[in-house]
Amino acid sequence: MQPLITISHVEKSFGTMPVLRDISMTIAKGECACIIGPSGSGKSTLLRCINGLVPVTSGSILVDSIEVNDPHLDKLALRRKVGIVFQQYNLFPHKTAIQNIAMAPIHVLNRPKDEAYENARRLLAKVKLSEKADAYPGELSGGQQQRVAIARSLAMNPMVMLFDEVTAALDPETKKEVLFTIRDLAAEGMTCVLVTHEMGFASEVADHVYFTDGGRIVEAGTPTEIFKAARNERTRAFLSQVL
Amino acid sequence: MMDAIAHWFKWLSNQHGINYSVFFDNYDQTLFLKGLKTTIILSLACIALSILVGLIGAWLQGSRIRAARVGTAMFVQFFRNTPPLVQLAFFYYAVSALLPTVTDSFGAQTPLINNLGWAIISFSLFAGAFNIEIFRSGIEAVPSAMTEAAESLGYTRFQIYRIVVIPIAFRICLPSLGNNLVNLVKTTTLAYAIGVPELLYASAQIWSEAMNVREMMVLLLITYVALVAILVAVMQRWEKSLRVPGYVS
Repeated sequence: MQPLITISHVEKSFGTMPVLRDISMTIAKGECACIIGPSGSGKSTLLRCINGLVPVTSGSILVDSIEVNDPHLDKLALRRKVGIVFQQYNLFPHKTAIQNIAMAPIHVLNRPKDEAYENARRLLAKVKLSEKADAYPGELSGGQQQRVAIARSLAMNPMVMLFDEVTAALDPETKKEVLFTIRDLAAEGMTCVLVTHEMGFASEVADHVYFTDGGRIVEAGTPTEIFKAARNERTRAFLSQVL
Repeated sequence: MMDAIAHWFKWLSNQHGINYSVFFDNYDQTLFLKGLKTTIILSLACIALSILVGLIGAWLQGSRIRAARVGTAMFVQFFRNTPPLVQLAFFYYAVSALLPTVTDSFGAQTPLINNLGWAIISFSLFAGAFNIEIFRSGIEAVPSAMTEAAESLGYTRFQIYRIVVIPIAFRICLPSLGNNLVNLVKTTTLAYAIGVPELLYASAQIWSEAMNVREMMVLLLITYVALVAILVAVMQRWEKSLRVPGYVS
């Protein structure tokens, strides 16, 4: 089967500083891939490259046969397929939870208002926040905001969801709420790419784990292969610090 | 009621020589109220136009076209760095003379734009230059994470500006905007210099005849205190209505 995302030989540098070096990976439909590694290893940049927020220097990223590294890229078409959730939630502070979820389908996909709000209500129920529909982001806890942010991305009906250290700013309890939401999504067959420091979670939900350092994929494999039997010295050193 | 007030001020004038002619003399009263009306019209027109100038300027400042950015910067420099009275004189005496005249209903030649018109244009551009900088500060305070989130949802640049950046930026810069508009209302007294019959001009007309400079000065100051207080109250209500629960801008 054709993979949903094919990344081949991607290089990216900011000025003269290389952040991604010869990255290649494929992600199949319905797969959950976790990218782990120390800070500054290029994990977040890689995610931002996949949805075109950051242009790559060279190489190719194919998302459902759309080439991202193309000057004539139809960004809207790409972003309808790819949802992204950020570490700091980035909800629009002047819109209520339900407005945050419904606005992009209305403005970008030209969906009728009733339909967009009905769908938003359904998604709020899915992330277990129905009673917070009319709350502003400032009135929600971090975990609640993050679940609204996930619902906001889902409202665009993406084929793949990117999660950029989405629990890094949360306490252990609220972390759990968000992780459960992601686990349910993955269980439903949503293709997920996670950048995370939650090793326990990664070993539980991931189909593949990628360990990155210095802009390269150092080691890749199933959770068991990486967490139980890492072959690379650097991987073992990193994991011994966090496990 | 009005009669009683007029009666009392008349008594005050006759008995103690404190002459608030505006309250009992019909002619002076009409002059003063017309002046008040002109000041209010002048202020409201300048407030609306200067906000428009500010929004357009702030949009041009973020433009990808270099000429638009440089042009806006020069506009701001010019109107911020020169005295408003000189600007007003420049428009009324220098620019006005370059424009064609029109024939009025009596067959006489009159200028295309009258002195009130020039005052509105001049003060709107003056306050607008400050508004550009105020809006810019608000726009720059919007976290780039917001625009990134909107971009990843597929919004276009203009949509991001209209739906995300401006509503957040406006809330951030509303207090400074209020400050500038208060200054603008007070600056409208400069229109006196080109004979616009606003409050100061009307008051001067009254005191030169009734010889009640001290009383008119007091009345003038109190009137401006009240006018600005109304403006500030409106701005505060506006701020309150835009306030988002739980969001500290």
